[in-house]
Amino acid sequence: MMAGARAPEHLRRALPPIGVFVLALVAWEATVRSLGIQFYLLPAPSEIARTLAANAVLLLGAAWYTAQEALAGFSVGCGLGILVALTSVRWASVADALLPYSIAANSVPIIAFAPLAIVWFGVEQGSKVAIVAMMTFFPTMISTIRGLRSPDPAALELMRSYGASHRQVFTKLRIPAALPFIFTALKVSASLSMIGAVVGEFFGGFARSLGVYIISQTALFHTREAWGAIVVACAFGIAFYLVIAGLERLVMPWHVALRR
Amino acid sequence: MPGAAPMIAVEHVSQRFGTGAVHTVALHDISLTISVGEFVSLIGPSGCGKSTLLRIMGDLIPPTEGEVHVNGKTPREARLARDYGIVFQSPVLYDWRTVRRNVELPLEVMGFPRHEWTARADRMLRLVGLEQFRAHYPWQLSGGMQQRVSIARALAFGPPILLMDEPFGALDELTRERMNQELLAIWAQTHNTVVFVTHSIPEAVFLSSRVVALTPRPGRIERIVEIDLPYPRTAATRASPRFFALVTQVRSALREA
Repeated sequence: MMAGARAPEHLRRALPPIGVFVLALVAWEATVRSLGIQFYLLPAPSEIARTLAANAVLLLGAAWYTAQEALAGFSVGCGLGILVALTSVRWASVADALLPYSIAANSVPIIAFAPLAIVWFGVEQGSKVAIVAMMTFFPTMISTIRGLRSPDPAALELMRSYGASHRQVFTKLRIPAALPFIFTALKVSASLSMIGAVVGEFFGGFARSLGVYIISQTALFHTREAWGAIVVACAFGIAFYLVIAGLERLVMPWHVALRR
Repeated sequence: MPGAAPMIAVEHVSQRFGTGAVHTVALHDISLTISVGEFVSLIGPSGCGKSTLLRIMGDLIPPTEGEVHVNGKTPREARLARDYGIVFQSPVLYDWRTVRRNVELPLEVMGFPRHEWTARADRMLRLVGLEQFRAHYPWQLSGGMQQRVSIARALAFGPPILLMDEPFGALDELTRERMNQELLAIWAQTHNTVVFVTHSIPEAVFLSSRVVALTPRPGRIERIVEIDLPYPRTAATRASPRFFALVTQVRSALREA
């Protein structure tokens, strides 16, 4: 009964943003053409699409290279974030010892950290992984801590009345309660990680990576090529986000339904 | 049940919160014996410490002074021996578990053999009349139904004692009266010793074999009213003159307090 009614409703909800997207493209195209804007300042969408298609193989290769950095950094950053959160909530002294440094690490500007990361982890993928890990660690840790602390006192007292072990309190109460918070953080981090990897490459990296490609093409006023790369970077970021969102549905069907 | 063995013995219990000049005395020198199979209500105005007394019995907080014996053990030993089930004012069901999996929670935590979980949970859900909702999630149920699930969960592991902390306080009057009726029907089958905290006089009188009236802060026992209405109690009980007489008696005890 619900499943039948949901499909058209999904479509109805998707229509307005799609409409805005199409309208924006049409307006962009019309503006560029009617005002005769030079392509190196702002290329028309149709031109970007044409360049993108012509460079597809090169761009997808570069994007895959960059995505690997994003994925590795995401795994390290979010993994550590969740791990530190778990130990902090289990042992308050760990939280007291680590939290100030986590906050300090979070306030280091990525622009300042990127050149150092290259010195420490090499100009290739290592430095980008470090940058992405650094960007995703903090939001994931903070959200996870909040989630692990979200059960109300009565829910914890219930566990106490059962004589539950610390381990059981985590596996049966704190972690399931934290999942919605963790997934929110992972979705933010998924988008952040692609941005972090591209920005990291601006400071130097493998020639066939998205960031280096964008920088070098822009330097040559090859704006259409740069725009193509930006579109591909966006597409990868969105795809990454959608994978996490899909995983969220799979892991917590109750929560997705609860939100509706 | 006069002469029956004591299930819970509270001896000279006092409870202070905070220290020095800012401390409050929540309970002062409480002594109370509850027999096996009794249904005892603790009643009093907000802040009289009735929930605190229940929480001391359930080893959720230690008393500042005095001793409590539960089933011949300290409250802590009784808790670890899984001697009591608790029902809170809010149902405290876990959103990510279906109704049946919520009722199975204590069985999982306490290490009951896996093959027993479903049968026990289903039996408890039948007891509270919710077996057809076992695959639902808590948020798909009304407040009264959620509280019934939490009663099923508290009874799932067969504890001799049921501690209930204003379990129907958040429900509307009609639902509450229906829940009172159902609780008595469940109790008639399970024969638990029940300690029930409430601030509703008719609820306390309708349910209990004894009503303990507490004074406002610091909480002391003002009077214990024996409720001699025969079980099983029904809607007719609520309309009987004896019921009104007992309600009046409890009310005057609380007034004097």
